[in-house]
Amino acid sequence: MSVDTATVAKIAALARIKLSEAELAAMVPELNGILAWVEQLGEVDVTGVEPMTAVIENHLRLRDDVINADPLTGGDNRDGVLANAPVAEHGFFGVPKVIE
Amino acid sequence: MMSANLTELGVAAIRDGVAKGEFTAVEVAEAFNANVAAASALNAFIVATPEKALEAAKATDAKRAAGQPLGKMGGVPIGMKDLFATKGVQTTAASHILEGFTPQYESTVSQKLWDAGAGMLGKLNLDQFAMGSSNETSYFGNVISPWRRNDGGNAALAPGGSSGGSSAAVAARLAPAATGTDTGGSIRQPAAFVGISGIKPTYGRCSRWGIVAFASSLDQAGPMARDVRDCAIMLEAMAGFDPKDATSLNLPVPEWEAGLNGDLRGKKVGIPREYRMDGMDADVAASWDRGIEWLKDAGAEIVDISLPHTKYALPAYYIIAPAEASSNLARYDGVRYGLRDLPDGAGLQDMYAATRAAGFGAEVKRRILIGTYVLSAGFYDAYYTQAQKVRTLIAQDFKNAFTQCDVILAPTAPTAAFGLGEKSDDPLSMYLNDVFAVPASLAGLPAMSVPAGLNREGLPLGLQIVGKPFDEQGVLNAGLAIEARAQFSAKPEKWW
Amino acid sequence: MSNYRIQGATGEWEVVIGLEVHAQVTSQSKLFSGAATAFGAEPNTQVSLVDAAMPGMLPVPNRECIRQAVRTGMAINAQINKWSRFDRKNYFYADLPQGYQISQLYHPLVGEGTIEVILDEKDPEGSTKTIGIERIHVEQDAGKLMHDQHPTMSYVDLNRSGVALMEIVSRPDMRSPAEAGAYLAKLRQILRYVGSCDGNMDQGSMRADVNVSVRRPGEPFGTRTETKNVNSVRFVMAVVESEARRQVGVIEDGGQVVQETRLYDPDKNETRSMRSKEDAHDYRYFPDPDLLPLELDDAFLEECRASLPELPDAKRHRYETALGLSPYDAAQLTLEVETFQQFEEMLDAVVKASGKAERDLAKRVANWLLSERAGVLKGIDQGAAHPKNTVAANVALIVAANDGVISGSKAKEIFAAYLTSDIDLAAEIEANKQTSDTGAIEAAIAKILADNADKVAEFKAGKEALFGFFVGQTMKAMQGKANPQVVNELLRKALA
Repeated sequence: MSVDTATVAKIAALARIKLSEAELAAMVPELNGILAWVEQLGEVDVTGVEPMTAVIENHLRLRDDVINADPLTGGDNRDGVLANAPVAEHGFFGVPKVIE
Repeated sequence: MMSANLTELGVAAIRDGVAKGEFTAVEVAEAFNANVAAASALNAFIVATPEKALEAAKATDAKRAAGQPLGKMGGVPIGMKDLFATKGVQTTAASHILEGFTPQYESTVSQKLWDAGAGMLGKLNLDQFAMGSSNETSYFGNVISPWRRNDGGNAALAPGGSSGGSSAAVAARLAPAATGTDTGGSIRQPAAFVGISGIKPTYGRCSRWGIVAFASSLDQAGPMARDVRDCAIMLEAMAGFDPKDATSLNLPVPEWEAGLNGDLRGKKVGIPREYRMDGMDADVAASWDRGIEWLKDAGAEIVDISLPHTKYALPAYYIIAPAEASSNLARYDGVRYGLRDLPDGAGLQDMYAATRAAGFGAEVKRRILIGTYVLSAGFYDAYYTQAQKVRTLIAQDFKNAFTQCDVILAPTAPTAAFGLGEKSDDPLSMYLNDVFAVPASLAGLPAMSVPAGLNREGLPLGLQIVGKPFDEQGVLNAGLAIEARAQFSAKPEKWW
Repeated sequence: MSNYRIQGATGEWEVVIGLEVHAQVTSQSKLFSGAATAFGAEPNTQVSLVDAAMPGMLPVPNRECIRQAVRTGMAINAQINKWSRFDRKNYFYADLPQGYQISQLYHPLVGEGTIEVILDEKDPEGSTKTIGIERIHVEQDAGKLMHDQHPTMSYVDLNRSGVALMEIVSRPDMRSPAEAGAYLAKLRQILRYVGSCDGNMDQGSMRADVNVSVRRPGEPFGTRTETKNVNSVRFVMAVVESEARRQVGVIEDGGQVVQETRLYDPDKNETRSMRSKEDAHDYRYFPDPDLLPLELDDAFLEECRASLPELPDAKRHRYETALGLSPYDAAQLTLEVETFQQFEEMLDAVVKASGKAERDLAKRVANWLLSERAGVLKGIDQGAAHPKNTVAANVALIVAANDGVISGSKAKEIFAAYLTSDIDLAAEIEANKQTSDTGAIEAAIAKILADNADKVAEFKAGKEALFGFFVGQTMKAMQGKANPQVVNELLRKALA
């Protein structure tokens, strides 16, 4: 499968990366080169093979339902959460107005 | 001891010297701080933090004066790859989009190192979001390897990537050790390129909490240092269960340093026949052969093994890693932190597209686009599911191989360090540099690179040891056996 | 089968409805972080670094959220999947900090189940219908945008970001607004019984995405639309009706229904297309690499099952069979958790106080709760929340009435007076004690019969209805304190 300019433009839009015409044009052959190369995976017979889920034998741990059990992953941290915000006002993050 | 000599010391020597009072931690920190300050030509650090190094050193000296234990890394200043969030110190992942980002938190691994008595010399340069094999994708400029070819020229060489700041800093004696992260070879390949040691532990040994994510199912932190013992010491300080990381291994941390033993009698070393590829670099092939002889000499039995899906590891990696990255990097949107590019009259979605266009470098964009494409409707099964099935087969290959051997020996990289700019125009040829490193990453296995000698151009070559899950000890011991026989003592001549 | 039809210009149309209900899981902390979930907090105060998707943050699942979803699944007799996975749903929006929602697409926690609904709640013995549930999965809620606080900006509050939701997906089994309403009401009832969701629809704890399509009866399904975030039973019914009519209009005008997302405007009682969400949906779902598969063991499932309460259908059935209540009363008492809890508490207390069997008292307690007391509370400002509306007060009156100490209507009077004045309840009951003194009653009866000889004659001639007149006169003569049963018996004897 190879991609054309329109497809790359669609993918870039989906990934929210604005590309200039020139960047777009340059990206098409690069992506096609990489895609053509990864497509050799199609040669592998994977009949009956399950996709990898956990690379090392391990089980998903569940945590107890306790508020702020670890301050690093708890709330009550508005200043910390907003500290690096490009725009923060009245305790909120600010973004350009969204019309729903 | 003269401060110039202090920077020749590794982790163990500094730790022991400080503990015995042969020199103070402050003297050590000052010596390395001075080297860092004088090495801007290497561009290994994005930010230097001499005050942090000094502060930790003073604390260590005070503890010693008070007769308190100094910790596994007591008095050892280190470099911190700028992928680890450090509280109050800019953390960028070498990207423009995170320029100026000051975390309000400390990554688990860096916190463990500080708790063990280490101090921070600064934040080390790297490939942007750890995507690269030459440290040429950093927004903050290339890292220049301290090594030069012996041809009398002064071509700038790549320090490897993505942990290129780490490798350059350790090789150039700017730090006795540094943290690295390895997603598809990012500790091992740069270690090999500059003649130092580095180990990527079993997936889950080191917490990923607070490390800027590249590809979650592959990312692992590990130490980069001058020798195997130093790696063992530092890995002990870095590893350990973290309830904040759901993929963290809930296992005690072995005493790897105490367990070091280069006697390999009774051990079997597998040599994967698929790694001996057509057109292999002659020096690399020769170094591999020497490595086999060294391990025999250490008492190991050499066995021929097969890892039949080796050639598919790299293509599988270049689907899985970009797919995860495309999603992991979606959070860089200019809303809560980092760069915001808001063109006049732009709406929210325009802001995203402009911010991400301005904030990500070309290689990051390339990988996000590949990842977005392979996950998109209609292509998911053909690419992503297929790649994860192939990954299962690759892991199965290793499992089968480990019924016949204890560790696997292979070259770390197919070549020695290449020149900056030599591969940067061709993404595919750059990707191929990780051909030997990626399979162990896909299988989550512990793997390390140790220096094995110089090639005909006078550049270091590394040998890679891959072990069974959880068997870092077996990997370190085989590394130690090679180290003892390689007697690698070359270091770059100072030109910076 | 429902006979609900839309009468179009060209004939009859059948409506097909499926509901995706998002129910907030009752838990203290969020699905993947330790931040609190309480409603109504100051903006961004219940946000962890994880919820704000800071670089390097990782999700760790909350056991309680998984447990509540499993219990909910068990309550609808669904298959519980001991192996499930979390997937990432990727899209960009300002209320979604990670750039993806952690959800479950490929392997949901709960598989197929069913819910039986009574189509007319006033007629509990009427027809029922079984609605299929396709799945329940667990996912993160998004944050909230506020659009009217600033002229050019929207404000983002992430307090809800990461709160656990269950998405409960029905089959397209409903065929009328009434069925859709009955389904949502029944689902809410079950969730509240189980305790897995508080069911507060006005706080957004439960909201439904309503999928509607129309077709000629017997023909294949038509194209459906999805109306998002409908937050009451009444609105769900209104959406079905208005959207079905709109679709019939579109088709009959020669157009085609477009598969799209719509929004309900309760003021205009119509749905409109949501342009902002029309972003070529390609969510690029893939398994979240930060989380391993979720594997549940038998002990966990056993605890979930053992902790399930008696569910609405079983309780209603028990009230009818074991307590001898009418289907109507049983349905009314089991509708809301608060109602049955009060009923059972009172019944229990009355049993203890009077020493009689539950079955002999249930009807009395039910009448008191559903009609007598309900009538009193209707006339009181605070209604059931009146502080003097205690179990003890209720029980005292029920026991007194049941033992014949006071009449039922007297109990009602006393209760009203008790709630609105300062009277002492026990003293008031004592003062209004009815008499079973046959002598006094017989004397009163003799006088009444003598005074009304004409009516006695009419009665004896066959005008049976006059019996009530004699009862009333006797009660009046006894100032309401005669035991009505005794009055009845003595009157019958005297008139025989």
